[in-house]
Amino acid sequence: MLTIENLHVSIEDKQILKGINLEVKAGEVHAIMGPNGSGKSTLSHILAGKPGYTVTQGSITYLGKDLLEMDPEIRAREGVFLAFQYPVEIPGVSNIYLLKAALNAIRKHHGLDEADAMDFLKIIKQKTALVEMDQEFLYRSVNQGFSGGEKKRNEILQMAVLEPKLCILDETDSGLDIDALKVVANGVNSLRSPERSFVMITHYQRLLDYIKPDYVHVLADGKIVRSGGPELALELEEKGYSWLEEQAVA
Amino acid sequence: MGIQSNQYVSEYQDFNDIFPGQQLPWLNQLRKAALASFSKQGFPSSKDEEWRYVNFSAIEKKVFLPKSAEAIPEIDKKLIEPYQIENCFNMVFLNGRFSEQLSDISGLPSRVQLCSMVHALQYFPEQVSEYFGKAVDTEDHGFIHFNSAWFADGWFLKLPENIRLDKPIHIIHVASDPEVLAATRNIIVIDKNARVDLFESYTSLTDGAYLTTAVNEIFIDENAEVYFCKLQNESEKAFHFSGIYVNQEQEAKFNHDVFSFGSQTSRNEVNTDLGYAAECCLNGLYLGRKKQVMDNHTRIHHRMPNAISRETYKGILDQRARGIFQGRVIVHQDAQKTDSEMNNKNLLLSEDAEADTKPQLEIYADDVKCAHGVTVGQLDETSIFYLQTRSIDRETAENMLTFAFANEMIEKIQQNHFRALVLEQLLARFPQMEIRKEWVL
Repeated sequence: MLTIENLHVSIEDKQILKGINLEVKAGEVHAIMGPNGSGKSTLSHILAGKPGYTVTQGSITYLGKDLLEMDPEIRAREGVFLAFQYPVEIPGVSNIYLLKAALNAIRKHHGLDEADAMDFLKIIKQKTALVEMDQEFLYRSVNQGFSGGEKKRNEILQMAVLEPKLCILDETDSGLDIDALKVVANGVNSLRSPERSFVMITHYQRLLDYIKPDYVHVLADGKIVRSGGPELALELEEKGYSWLEEQAVA
Repeated sequence: MGIQSNQYVSEYQDFNDIFPGQQLPWLNQLRKAALASFSKQGFPSSKDEEWRYVNFSAIEKKVFLPKSAEAIPEIDKKLIEPYQIENCFNMVFLNGRFSEQLSDISGLPSRVQLCSMVHALQYFPEQVSEYFGKAVDTEDHGFIHFNSAWFADGWFLKLPENIRLDKPIHIIHVASDPEVLAATRNIIVIDKNARVDLFESYTSLTDGAYLTTAVNEIFIDENAEVYFCKLQNESEKAFHFSGIYVNQEQEAKFNHDVFSFGSQTSRNEVNTDLGYAAECCLNGLYLGRKKQVMDNHTRIHHRMPNAISRETYKGILDQRARGIFQGRVIVHQDAQKTDSEMNNKNLLLSEDAEADTKPQLEIYADDVKCAHGVTVGQLDETSIFYLQTRSIDRETAENMLTFAFANEMIEKIQQNHFRALVLEQLLARFPQMEIRKEWVL
């Protein structure tokens, strides 16, 4: 599904990613862990197409296509979804309007008719239940005045409605208490399927207790310094990142 | 003053017949004095610091005069249907004159006085004289003198003590003919503990040029409350001056939302005097395109302790439009524990658009909390990116965020029907957005 090869990325002449290689197959869940400043968020941004970054070397292939050639909205329509670390507040645009506009843009891209209003509301109702969100939130402005947990749940709601193929979760666990984390994790787990892949970016092992990854990668100083199974996360939990960072520099 | 302002003076005698209250010596005297002041000052010019960003010289070049009521044909009620909000007392003015045929204020509690200024000056002139000119600031200017001299009608509202009107009053000003002067003078008196929702809409059936001037004097007694929402949706060639001057007694509350969408050149003044622990909240949205000029001028006097003022004005300026915000907050020596916030945000959608913003704080007390903030800029790139990651293309994202910037102000409107009316007018400006009204309301 996703192949990242020798990816080098800089921002304002500062090299952030220094040769990333990663292969994500359909249905797999990959966790990318690493200390602050290792380039985790840059990786998620570059996958979603955030402007301001320069790819100096390497490639990203998504479902056989050059991902870097696509505008962010095309990536989204092709099935790439980024759950933001800091979801953006958009006062004046209601949640339900954004969901409808987003869903219809995707449907149109695939040559489908717009969702029927009744069907749409039915879908939305199911999905809000999935993330244990009150219907009332649908009619509120996107993320405005939401608590940290509500914002993250809203991201998962959008993901559930848009049904992407590749879900990138950027620090989805940050700022969540344990109850909110469980709700978010349940939402994610219910979306797991053989056709859908996940890339979870996280600083802490905690999230992985609730969403079991197939692979864990450690990012340090712009490179993946170690890859392994879920047990690698536990090792990190015990030892911290410093022993791997030293390896990276050496 | 220019030759043409002189014409407003020389033509004046010919219109004597249309001015109400001629039997009243106090009013005749007041009109005479106003005309004399106007003939000396003319309309304010951009040389005056308070008027430096706006230019009304066009109304001196072209003279707008009132038409007699007979010269104006009746209009079909259907034409103003979108403005006839259900569940309101609707009062309609056609080119500045009250239209009984188009209005419906039946069911008003008997102790509430609501009528045209013509009626008020005929049947209870002593009440009018008690308030006329009393809320207008002493530093008044040519437009106020002009209005005092030329007003041909207006509306009068007196809400007695403890009456809380649950149905709003909607004043609909319709301009049906070009080249007309519509000058109204309005007095609103809200007694102790009373409460009212007021809407005022300005709309036109012509796309020609005409001149609207309206002076509202509002008196809010102790612990009384007024919500006043105004929609200015005039022809894009029209000229609009509106002055709202408010006196707030102890713990009186005044909430005001103003939406400026229409007119070639407009000036909105809102001045309020806050009594002890009084509260005011002034919000405004101005949407300019083509070569529209929209001037918003507010002045809040904190004269007594413990009063609160909040102010948020937003502008969206496209093409060659110009938006102006001048907000002055004056905290007088006795106004300890004043709590004041002022905010002006502008969105420029074109390189030729201009926003001038000038918040002014004058503080003469020492124990106060005052804040102000101003922004002029473009849409937030992070928000655009966020929407793009939700599969929305850039152009749609920009439209959505621009709409949202405006809609945030519309969400403040405290009554559903009026909010829907204003939203309808806003959506007309965003034809590319397929928004179902119930989803934004």
